[in-house]
Amino acid sequence: MDPLNAIVLLANFVIVPALAYGSQLALGALGITLIYGILRFSHFAHGDIMAFGTAIVIMTTWGLQGAGITFGVLPTALLALPVGIAATILYLLAADRTVYRFYRKVRAKPMIFVMASLGVMFVTNGITRLIIGPGEQRFDDGTRFVFSVRDFREWSGLAEGLALRSAQALTIIVALIAMVLLFWFLNRTRAGKSMRAYSDNEDLALLSGINPERVVIITWAIAGTLMVLAGTLYGLDKSFRPFTYFQLLLPFFAAAILGGLGNPLGAIVGAYVVAFSEMGITYAWRRFFQHLLPDDWAPAGLMQLLPVDYKFAVTFAILVLVLIFRPTGIFRGKSI
Amino acid sequence: MEDPVLIGEAMTGGYGGADILHSCTIAVEKGQIAVIVGPNGAGKSTAMKAVFGMLKLREGQVRLGGEDITSLSPQARVAKGMGFVPQTNNIFPSMTVEENLEMGAFIRQDNFRDTMEQVFTLFPILREKRRQPAGELSGGQRQQVAVGRALMTKPSVLMLDEPTAGVSPIVMDELFDRIIEVARTGISILMVEQNARQALEIADKGYVLVQGANRFTDTGQALLADPEVRKSFLGG
Repeated sequence: MDPLNAIVLLANFVIVPALAYGSQLALGALGITLIYGILRFSHFAHGDIMAFGTAIVIMTTWGLQGAGITFGVLPTALLALPVGIAATILYLLAADRTVYRFYRKVRAKPMIFVMASLGVMFVTNGITRLIIGPGEQRFDDGTRFVFSVRDFREWSGLAEGLALRSAQALTIIVALIAMVLLFWFLNRTRAGKSMRAYSDNEDLALLSGINPERVVIITWAIAGTLMVLAGTLYGLDKSFRPFTYFQLLLPFFAAAILGGLGNPLGAIVGAYVVAFSEMGITYAWRRFFQHLLPDDWAPAGLMQLLPVDYKFAVTFAILVLVLIFRPTGIFRGKSI
Repeated sequence: MEDPVLIGEAMTGGYGGADILHSCTIAVEKGQIAVIVGPNGAGKSTAMKAVFGMLKLREGQVRLGGEDITSLSPQARVAKGMGFVPQTNNIFPSMTVEENLEMGAFIRQDNFRDTMEQVFTLFPILREKRRQPAGELSGGQRQQVAVGRALMTKPSVLMLDEPTAGVSPIVMDELFDRIIEVARTGISILMVEQNARQALEIADKGYVLVQGANRFTDTGQALLADPEVRKSFLGG
């Protein structure tokens, strides 16, 4: 029996990766939930616009690297973030002007907005592939590890090792800062409060003199920033591929709906629940139990509930269960 | 004679299609309470919406302090000094009481702390609950939030659409007391009420509407004493 080794093993293969993945999902799900709360539709173009923004970040990174500019131990992509964020916000505002604003004016049903966002998704999808191609891109540089498995083993003397990659640490820190800033903005500033008021009661917000177009612009700007952060951090942690980013739409929505659509805190909680479920259910628990149980109780099988290829099935199951048993989500958001 | 603070004169119009209001006139004097009563479907709420600009008038005029505001949007009327409390969905449920009041003052660029202090003095329960989400309050307390929100712009006229709908008789009496207090601060009140008898008791002026037209107009006491009004609208 060796619980310490079991915990380190679990931290290395489940807890740390799930925290990083959960943080990336949280940034995406926050965007989904804000757009749902304020513009009142499910934004299906989220994954693809995230890919677009990240593509801009990657190309700017290449440009910077080509010019010999790097960010020391940190990834150069961080320096390229402002360019990607600005491009994405402009792109979203252009989409709003050309597509969504018309449907807002005619007070179209939410489903029509969803279909329109599906159209924006296909267009964005094509643009991203035109500018950077459909293939996989790696753009991480700087130090790879905060500490590696070997460092940890030498330091602790344990049989199991724990690594913390810089991209994971960076993801968790950046996501935390972004969330704190977002909550500060929503709860403390006049503009943030007017966004919440508009989300709560559109008619009364209009009556109170809140300008809906301004609220919409701020919402796109925040959602765009969160998208590029999520996309860049995901790309640094794993790798960038437009199709993978499109696929992230499912866990984003699962997280936002699980937490309660329209509720930012819910989106964050939902994101971590989804991330830990995906990781936990597709992880082979044999070694963990070998450490934890007496030798003759050790399991013979892999103790893996589902192969890793099925991780989206886990998310899908969560989504279905929530919609059946608690459609308003954990924090009682808007029912869909 | 001097113009009342607010007057909707000879208003005719509807929501497209047939007219609902037929040359209906509603007015309120400074610091007074005017009440619109009448049977279901008489166009009480419609008349109030017309005064507030939520309904396009085919004929007639709305004047605020002598100025013609017939063509202004509801938002512009708020900026001119009209406060409106809708019958339902009149608060921001997930926001705290204090934030609700702040949103009421959204169009104000100056410091609105004094006004908030006045609202808290008028509705002490709101001060107690100011950090609580407004959606978690009781029906009567929510109505106080709604009225407080509308008072944050320091309006000259406050319009209330059935403020006592769905609250208990005790809460209703309390709300009416508060409304009288608001009127004492010099704010004119125009309200639509289902509870005709109680509303007319506090009204300086009462309008009985039938099918979108003025049937009786008099002081509240006179209407209560009128045998015909009693028989037809107050149940004897």
